[in-house]
Amino acid sequence: MITKRIIPCLDVRNGTVVKGTNFKDLNEISSPVQLAEYYSSHGADELVFYDITASSDGRKLFTDILTQTASKVFIPLTVGGGINTLDDFDRVLKCGADKVSVNSGAIRNPDLIHAAAEKYGDQCVVLSVDVKRVDGQFKVFAKGGRENTGLDALEWIKRGVQNGAGEIVVNSIDTDGVKKGFDIEMLKAVCDIVNVPVIASGGAGGKQDFVDLFNTVPQVSAGLAASIFHYGEVTIDDLKKTLNENNITVRL
Amino acid sequence: MVAIIDYGVGNLFSLQCSLKKIGVEAVVTSDENVIKEADRIILPGVGAFGDAAKKLRSSGLVGLITEEAKNGKPFLGICLGMQLLFEKGFEYGEHEGLGFLKGNVIPLENKIPENLNIPHMGWNALDFKGEKSPIFKYINDGDFVYFVHSFYATDCDDSVIATSEYGIPVTAAVGKGNIYGCQFHPEKSGEVGLSILKAFCEI
Repeated sequence: MITKRIIPCLDVRNGTVVKGTNFKDLNEISSPVQLAEYYSSHGADELVFYDITASSDGRKLFTDILTQTASKVFIPLTVGGGINTLDDFDRVLKCGADKVSVNSGAIRNPDLIHAAAEKYGDQCVVLSVDVKRVDGQFKVFAKGGRENTGLDALEWIKRGVQNGAGEIVVNSIDTDGVKKGFDIEMLKAVCDIVNVPVIASGGAGGKQDFVDLFNTVPQVSAGLAASIFHYGEVTIDDLKKTLNENNITVRL
Repeated sequence: MVAIIDYGVGNLFSLQCSLKKIGVEAVVTSDENVIKEADRIILPGVGAFGDAAKKLRSSGLVGLITEEAKNGKPFLGICLGMQLLFEKGFEYGEHEGLGFLKGNVIPLENKIPENLNIPHMGWNALDFKGEKSPIFKYINDGDFVYFVHSFYATDCDDSVIATSEYGIPVTAAVGKGNIYGCQFHPEKSGEVGLSILKAFCEI
């Protein structure tokens, strides 16, 4: 049986890992390379690096960090942030990324998903979507959650999969940083309309939130979180033991 | 020295790094002399069967690697590189493989239950088949490895050394004589994957 994946997410800005609450008040934590090595040897099934750097100097720093990480960490690496063109795909894949996650870049240029899937394969293209409820409807937000695009999230995700996205990261802005559990309602709605792996993001506050996630939405393939792992509130080893005790298949 | 065959398919950075990590010298190459000198060969690959088979043929290396494989040099195909070891691939048409092993590569679609996602992506457990293969020397039955694929090898009972359960038993690794193949990515399968590469490099 394929296991449920636990994925720590490292937001990287100017070479250091940060994590915000509701995307604001970012705090610096640690070296991304060290953190990646630590997670890799403590049960992480995969790592996600989000580059939230804006400057081109920072980009160079990020690709250096990515190369260093990929030469030390032998689990799948997904990279996102600032991916707008096929050249951006190329840049991070050459540094050792296995999958590339697109968000705002795909909103600006919806052809990007199709072009990338054709060139690198569906398995390489991850569509990451920041979703927030507006008047009871799931809407796609851009620019790190600051701008309502007006796009209907479920339509957008369906279209992304048709265009070749091989995996979907659903990040609920409504539950992100609140630590009261994943957005079950939103995740159910997404899993009902796609047949590619769905990764739940936003809202993990403790081990029980992952148990609830996989028990109530069994189609979800993976749970992603940042701060609870970075601050050591939950260790991945311990989380996986708990999932296993709850009859959820994990890699121990 | 391990020759990683470079025929313009996929990203070889991780594979190179993982061999370095286990202390094995590896060269990404399409140079005939280097391949001849190497004491073992790895055939990597991602993408589509037909395209990769075509690229491998246009590299002009098929004759040489076939000869090296026949002469008994340890040979490991990874992911699509494993699929290419078989006779035929049915991905967007019908394509000739290298034919080192008996069997065909067909879509998972319509073979696995509908509620399971395609690609088969993520960590899955190995179920060893038959006698324990030398490439599994350092690992145990049930250990997890990382898969990403939509096609799988079938009609290859004589070479299967491990399967993984994904609605059906999916061919996970093959081995016959000096020819080995992993459908999963050992270079992305943490310590277990590194141990498999290490064992292959000690054959």
